[in-house]
Amino acid sequence: MEFLADYIYYIGAFGLIIIGLLIVLVKHNLIKVIIGLSILDTGINLFLISVGYLKNGTAPIFSRTDLEPGNMVDPVPQALVLTAIVIGVAILALALSLAVKLYKHYGTLDLRKIKEQRW
Amino acid sequence: MIIVVSLLIVFMLIAAIAAIFFRDLLNAVIAACMVSLIAAILFYFLHAPDVAMAEASIGAALVAAIFIIAIRRTQRHEE
Amino acid sequence: MRVILSILVLIVICLGIVSSLHRIPFGNPETKIGKYCINKGREETGAANIVTSVVVNYRGFDTLGEVTILFLAAIGLGSILTSMSKWSQRKTEPASLILKTGCRFLLPLILLFGAYIFIHGHLSPGGGFQGGAIIASAFLLIYLTFHGKGMNETGSKVTESSSGLIFILLGLIGLAVGNHYFLSNFLPKGQLNDLFSAGIIPLIYIAIGLKVGSELAKVIYNLMEKS
Repeated sequence: MEFLADYIYYIGAFGLIIIGLLIVLVKHNLIKVIIGLSILDTGINLFLISVGYLKNGTAPIFSRTDLEPGNMVDPVPQALVLTAIVIGVAILALALSLAVKLYKHYGTLDLRKIKEQRW
Repeated sequence: MIIVVSLLIVFMLIAAIAAIFFRDLLNAVIAACMVSLIAAILFYFLHAPDVAMAEASIGAALVAAIFIIAIRRTQRHEE
Repeated sequence: MRVILSILVLIVICLGIVSSLHRIPFGNPETKIGKYCINKGREETGAANIVTSVVVNYRGFDTLGEVTILFLAAIGLGSILTSMSKWSQRKTEPASLILKTGCRFLLPLILLFGAYIFIHGHLSPGGGFQGGAIIASAFLLIYLTFHGKGMNETGSKVTESSSGLIFILLGLIGLAVGNHYFLSNFLPKGQLNDLFSAGIIPLIYIAIGLKVGSELAKVIYNLMEKS
């Protein structure tokens, strides 16, 4: 039980990273590869936030004026992950537009067949 | 409390593994959307409400919409 | 062959990660900059939400870089997909009655909710990016119901460009007046938990919220219409 309480978030985050990498390396449909990129992104963001966690802490917002500042979780990883989520969605939109254009040009989305047709 | 978090993480990993094995691309997109949604719940448990809001609105709604539009312009089944 | 090789690479990566996980304890972060931001955040910025003060005030230049990356991705998508394929003029059936009625009821509520989130970014959890995403989903609802007739192209272009310019102008005014560095806080800080407090933080978040909302709506419109 102690092992579970200490490491369960890390196991979840690294499991997502490994599964995302597996999809990117093994599959040969382009949209499946992009889905794998999205899962990889989510895993990395989960890991970054779980590093900055303080046990029995609260959220870093002074909604009432009598909250003491010694018991709050780390706010810097949350700011960085906010940036990372938006950048992830921007990259996904650009990658999908390239996939649509590739389908219009070659007629298929299979990466093995696209590699065979050189020029 | 730990039991609830452990069950959620196991469910998230099962949904991510299911995204590998689905042949219909629409089902794979829904599985990835489920991963994002459970991650938003876990962000709330880690006391990060800003990030939970961002992940739920951007990762679970807009990414799914963009994927479904792209699948409509290309093919639906993986060969 | 490729499958076996990739599984071997993943096993090596997994072992390397697990062997270095012991040095990262869970629940005891040893940070100095986090404690400084929490202790001094209220006096130096005046915002009640410490994450907002980190995003806009202490690391405001990173937010400018992020807005630039989003802008570049939207431009790239608009220039790759060029020709109009007249997707919206195909013979699609009109939307059902539930969709039309729901859109008419829900649209002002969704826009109001999104505007509330990015205006109160410095008092409660929220901010520019979350509010912008909610406004973009309101435009997605318009697009599903009216098939492209509800989007005003000139309006969204003007909103996006002027919001980006307002962000940079606020930074440059902070360079001239005030503490003489880019994005410094030159407006008065006011009282804690007040709506008009925390200097230029609400103004920056309003600009970011409008920009992100109109940008993501334009991305969805381009992806649906052009090819």
